[in-house]
Amino acid sequence: MTHAYVGQLLRVDLDRRQTRTEPLNRDLARLFIGGRGLATKLFSNEVDPNVDPLHPANKLILAAGPLTGTAAPCGSRFMAVTKGPLTGAIASSNCGGDFGPDLKYAGYDLIVFDGVAKEPTILVIDDGKVELRPAADLWGRTVDEVEDTLHTRLGRDFKFVSIGPAGENLVRYAAIINDKSRAAGRSGVGAVLGSKKVKAVAVRGTGGLTAADPAGFRTTCLDVLEKLKNGAVTGTGLPRFGTAILVNVINEHGAFPTHNFQQGQFPGAEKISGETIADQILRRNRACCSCPVACGRVTEIKGGQYAGRGEGPEYETIWALGAAVGVSNLAAATKANYICNQLGLDTISAGATIACAMELVEKGVLTEQEIGFPLRFGDGEALVRAMTQIGRREGFGDVLAEGGARLAAKYGRPELFMGVKKQEFPAYDPRGILGMGLQYATSNRGACHVRGYMVSTEILGLPMKMDPHTTAGKAAVNIAFQNLTAAVDSAGMCLFATFSIGAPELAALLKTATGFDYDVDELLLAGERIWNLEKLFNLRAGFSRKDDTLPPRLLHEPMPAGPAAGKTVPLTEMLDEYYRLRGWDDQGCPTPEKLAALHL
Amino acid sequence: MPKTLLVDPDKCTSCRLCELVCSGRNADAFQPARAHVRVTIDVDEAFYFPRVCLQCDDAPCLDACPCEALVRDPRTNAVVILHDKCNDCRACEAACPYGAIRCWDDRAWKCALCDGDPECVRFCAPQALRYEPAESWPAAARQAYAARLRELAQEARP
Repeated sequence: MTHAYVGQLLRVDLDRRQTRTEPLNRDLARLFIGGRGLATKLFSNEVDPNVDPLHPANKLILAAGPLTGTAAPCGSRFMAVTKGPLTGAIASSNCGGDFGPDLKYAGYDLIVFDGVAKEPTILVIDDGKVELRPAADLWGRTVDEVEDTLHTRLGRDFKFVSIGPAGENLVRYAAIINDKSRAAGRSGVGAVLGSKKVKAVAVRGTGGLTAADPAGFRTTCLDVLEKLKNGAVTGTGLPRFGTAILVNVINEHGAFPTHNFQQGQFPGAEKISGETIADQILRRNRACCSCPVACGRVTEIKGGQYAGRGEGPEYETIWALGAAVGVSNLAAATKANYICNQLGLDTISAGATIACAMELVEKGVLTEQEIGFPLRFGDGEALVRAMTQIGRREGFGDVLAEGGARLAAKYGRPELFMGVKKQEFPAYDPRGILGMGLQYATSNRGACHVRGYMVSTEILGLPMKMDPHTTAGKAAVNIAFQNLTAAVDSAGMCLFATFSIGAPELAALLKTATGFDYDVDELLLAGERIWNLEKLFNLRAGFSRKDDTLPPRLLHEPMPAGPAAGKTVPLTEMLDEYYRLRGWDDQGCPTPEKLAALHL
Repeated sequence: MPKTLLVDPDKCTSCRLCELVCSGRNADAFQPARAHVRVTIDVDEAFYFPRVCLQCDDAPCLDACPCEALVRDPRTNAVVILHDKCNDCRACEAACPYGAIRCWDDRAWKCALCDGDPECVRFCAPQALRYEPAESWPAAARQAYAARLRELAQEARP
């Protein structure tokens, strides 16, 4: 098996400090594509769904897709697949940057970590040569320090993923960071790496990838490139203003969750918008490998107590560290973002957990005495302070490190946790975008926007406009988005590309790259297969229909004001239709007929 | 009048698609290690810099080659390597002050402007790389680019 796949995976047995190379299974690659899909297949074959996510028997897989490292525009992604410490569900966190391509040039499509190392360890893959090295001196260091040290020690041209102190300290939403500022962010994949005592993975390689049909692949790449350049979102909006271009858009729709979802519009939105970021702190765009969009923001806060340099904030981050916590001070929110990157924290869950704590304070349930300092909505200084404490599990940060669900439950107000399956919501209030309510409830990795981005159709009108305030047709579209997204993630393509391309272009890229005779139907069937496989894992891990729900606030408390005033999410009707259209029973279990049709 | 491969580093976004398509066309594989164009990236300094061959008028590589393996293509003005004449002596690699020549598989390799249709230009969305008449690259900008390129090449050498 060659062409766009390297054709082999690396198994890392940390208990025995041994590694071995294994050929990629061609039949499984065709059925599950690679990346998220193939990693989930291997993971669910090999790991007991009831394993404690931080137990050595949990595995963690880093997985590039077949397009990763090729010239496919936006094809640079890899996934981290494991059982998530935040959720107890399947976790699969997506990340761009340079690591995925270089993993393949170094010789592997996937790395499977098993067991736990006796001492802090780094994995080095130098052009096919694999080595586990002790790294006690790196333990406790920030992501920046680790990358700078390893660049000096190993060579400038190495690429890394690493964890910060948050991953070492098993913060339940610790991220795996690549290129200092890009995160496989959600569900606590960084804590799993930390539990295994793996501080970093370094890769470098001179290997090459080919396309099965070079001329056809090139033509398809040019077609995709033109569509990305000409698309309004990928050609203009994202390059100019980054993902935070959405701040004003979502706020104007009254779906910009404010003060832990107590309101849908943030008075300070203008001060933290993509336009303001571009105007005040942007130094330069930053693209992931092979991406013509370049939505990344290299930024700097000049002077003052929040002075610093780094990347971000992107949209979800500036929401979580802005509107969610009521902070309209761009410098403070950006500083909190830099801290998350350096300590290795998921910005969404970190900000949203602090927002939950702020509401507990506001309600008088949680005292400032317990926290050790005032923690009120709008206080940027407190935000920055709390963030540092979380990453190091210092003081009250030790409680916040458990996430919003455990925090709210600890103080007897579980209903104030804003999320699903113990994972915090991202930056859209579904009372103003009803399809997102269904998406949040059904996402296999807990509350998540990038498993079926209904905002695209309900707000942006891509590929067609749907009314955000009605439920008609939402289940069918959400299913289509979820299936396509599973295929996109598995291919190694960035989801943002789907603002301008769809299944036909992706199928053409995959067909010409891999030589597998994919068409649109097979591609979407593969996506559906992957989605069902993730669902099966969660069912075996103990999840059921009662977990496919939303917090009572979103189901029963009408949005207080703004364009979505008076709205709640009529979830049950959408969920019933969703299960039916998925071919699942009324408890959300795939039927035997459906599983047979999907070869599961 | 042949065109020139013009570089506008300020427009570069660090995506390295140029490296991928260059190697795809010239090395038959997506393999940045074998690309003729390379992008130096230092995110901390917000510094991205695509490094290309300048196809110098007074080309040191041409003079250095003892076996006449390097010749000027009059159609494109590119200095091209005739691989059947190359004996891998690496004199051209050592002579180039810009680090634009590299050796592998017992041969020297460099940019030949893809016979007048540079693949890197075709795929450069931000138009940091362009293929235009020589006069559209102002002399001062070209000289500043060359000076920085030279510095980077020297830094890269052991």
